[in-house]
Amino acid sequence: MIIHAKEPVLEVHDLTVSYSRKPVLWGIDFTLPSGCIAGVVGPNGAGKSTLLKTIMGLIPPSSGYVKLFGHPLEEVRHRVSYVPQRESVDWDFPVSVLDVVLMGRYGKMGLLRNPDRQDKAMAMDCLDKMGMSAFAKRQISQLSGGQQQRVFLARALAQEADIYFMDEPFAGVDAATEQAIITLLRDMAAANKTIIVVHHDLQSARDYFDWIILLNMRLVAGGPTGEVFTDEMIQQAYGGRLNLLAQVGDMMEKRAFPTREP
Amino acid sequence: MQNLIDFFSFSDPNVRYVVLGTILLSSSAAMVGAFILLQKKALVGDAVAHSVLPGICAAFLFSGSKNIVLMLAGAFVSGWLSLVAIDYITAKSKIKKDAAIGLVLAVFFGVGMVMMTFIQQTGNAAQSGLDHFIFGKAAALVGDDLLIFSILAAVILITVGLFFKAFTLVAFDKNYAQALGYPVRRLDLLLTSLTVLAVVTGITAVGVVLMAAMLITPAAAARYWTNRIRHMVGIAVAFGAFAGLAGAYISYVAPSMPTGPWMVVVSTAIAFFSFFFAPKKGIFPRMYTQYKNQWIIAEENTLKIFYHLGERNSHFNGMRGLNELTSTREMERATLKATLRRLATKELLVTRNNQWGLTDKGYQQAARVVRLHRMWELYLTKYMDIPADHVHDDAETIEHILTPELERELEHQLDYPDKDPHNTKIPK
Repeated sequence: MIIHAKEPVLEVHDLTVSYSRKPVLWGIDFTLPSGCIAGVVGPNGAGKSTLLKTIMGLIPPSSGYVKLFGHPLEEVRHRVSYVPQRESVDWDFPVSVLDVVLMGRYGKMGLLRNPDRQDKAMAMDCLDKMGMSAFAKRQISQLSGGQQQRVFLARALAQEADIYFMDEPFAGVDAATEQAIITLLRDMAAANKTIIVVHHDLQSARDYFDWIILLNMRLVAGGPTGEVFTDEMIQQAYGGRLNLLAQVGDMMEKRAFPTREP
Repeated sequence: MQNLIDFFSFSDPNVRYVVLGTILLSSSAAMVGAFILLQKKALVGDAVAHSVLPGICAAFLFSGSKNIVLMLAGAFVSGWLSLVAIDYITAKSKIKKDAAIGLVLAVFFGVGMVMMTFIQQTGNAAQSGLDHFIFGKAAALVGDDLLIFSILAAVILITVGLFFKAFTLVAFDKNYAQALGYPVRRLDLLLTSLTVLAVVTGITAVGVVLMAAMLITPAAAARYWTNRIRHMVGIAVAFGAFAGLAGAYISYVAPSMPTGPWMVVVSTAIAFFSFFFAPKKGIFPRMYTQYKNQWIIAEENTLKIFYHLGERNSHFNGMRGLNELTSTREMERATLKATLRRLATKELLVTRNNQWGLTDKGYQQAARVVRLHRMWELYLTKYMDIPADHVHDDAETIEHILTPELERELEHQLDYPDKDPHNTKIPK
């Protein structure tokens, strides 16, 4: 069940993604309107993070394409921001909180220029928005899980992008941080930014998101929350009726079959 | 002593050359090494170092002489090939990266040793000294050779300096770097090339076997002293430079000593020292902190004994003997005595004929600890729904940790209570 956006800022077209020949996402097809908070929801192993990574160009798709603001990612990279999963980095790395947030400015700076006073002021501003300015000089290993997530979001804010992809920003954070994040997201959406969030709590998904992408290796549903986030659709995504799809994927890996005919 | 003066006057031009050469090569290796370490690729450095040997031998076989430029080129190529081989094996086979590294290292070094033995048996007069490439000989760093090595080291230092920001980003969060549009693949390639270059720069003075140590050890030691990457790289460079200088000096004093192993010994000594003594992260400072905590706990527990005894008859300033003190709380007599003495020097206790009593200051401290204990018990029962008979042990620990700020917060949340869950009075 797909409901397409009228003037999409993100268009994912027939996207198939494989890990060593084993397809993990099959023919994903959806669009998103501008200024929405979209939740990518589905069971474990549904390919939610993979979808985000493919959109960000970190994993090459086997087929299909992604367009942002009507262009390929390469042409609009400065308008796109990515928040990786918190656990994907080594938090014992010898940098301070401010250093991490400054990384958000690196894209604008280019390869060789160093951050100047303006960049620092901007980074401090973003830390302030996340209520973390008192921690600017702290080494990152001294932060709690919720604080780490706030630092990652501050770094994304520092990019001043128009579309944000966030991988599990609510995972393992305290209630206060969760509230702070959702408030931030709503402010951003009100400023016509588009936000795509990987999420796996069905309860809060209905409150948090105004657009839902329901995923389980294939697209189960995509559209406004009120219309597509129905019990029937959830049942389809979570009620293991896709065994065959996984089995075929396993077989393609074992027999070294190509995903698409050459 | 005369040696030391001769060496550090740098009046001998050879000494000047050698010192300059070793310092440059070891500091540039340390700088690259810092990023290899942060990217968790320390083993790769080892593999490259061993894998340059066949390149050196091949260059010699090709030219029939020890032409340094050709040999460096040969070393660079075979170092590079080893890395390509590791990546290829990891990507295309079931063999995991650590096994691939071990495999490539052994094969390349083995081939190198076979070639070297072959060269030595050909009776070619020019081959004498070729074996210095295995363990290094700083005395070989003279004339034009030195110039070449210095240029290479300078190239490394400048390149790493230029790409400092980018290397840091890639080492910390590769996915994010790629999402920002950074050329992650090319930056990886650049760091790999710099690693090979750093190894190549070091082979005359340190030798192929031990060059990996000069890459990794200074950086690993530096990590103990700071939490800032810029400082860490600076400290690593300083450690590397010092190890280079020390190695050069030792092989000057004792000419039969190889330079490379001595440089490695010195930098290992620095690493060990950091490991044990670096403030905060070293083993001994950490042990000292724990030891001090034990003291604080013993002191506060002793003060509490006085308070509890005082509570029985509302006479807090009474003088108590050892037997009376141990009757309320089990404590080893030796520990108790030592603690009493410490408390007396801090003027928290007064002592008269083997009896002790609280001073005013001591009473306040004792009351504070008891107060924290009882407030924490109250907090646990009130907010965490833990039954009153389960909260004592927890409070025993927490009472020693709570800071004045947390104490105020606790007071506020409990609305300035009078009684703990056991209905005992909470002292003000």
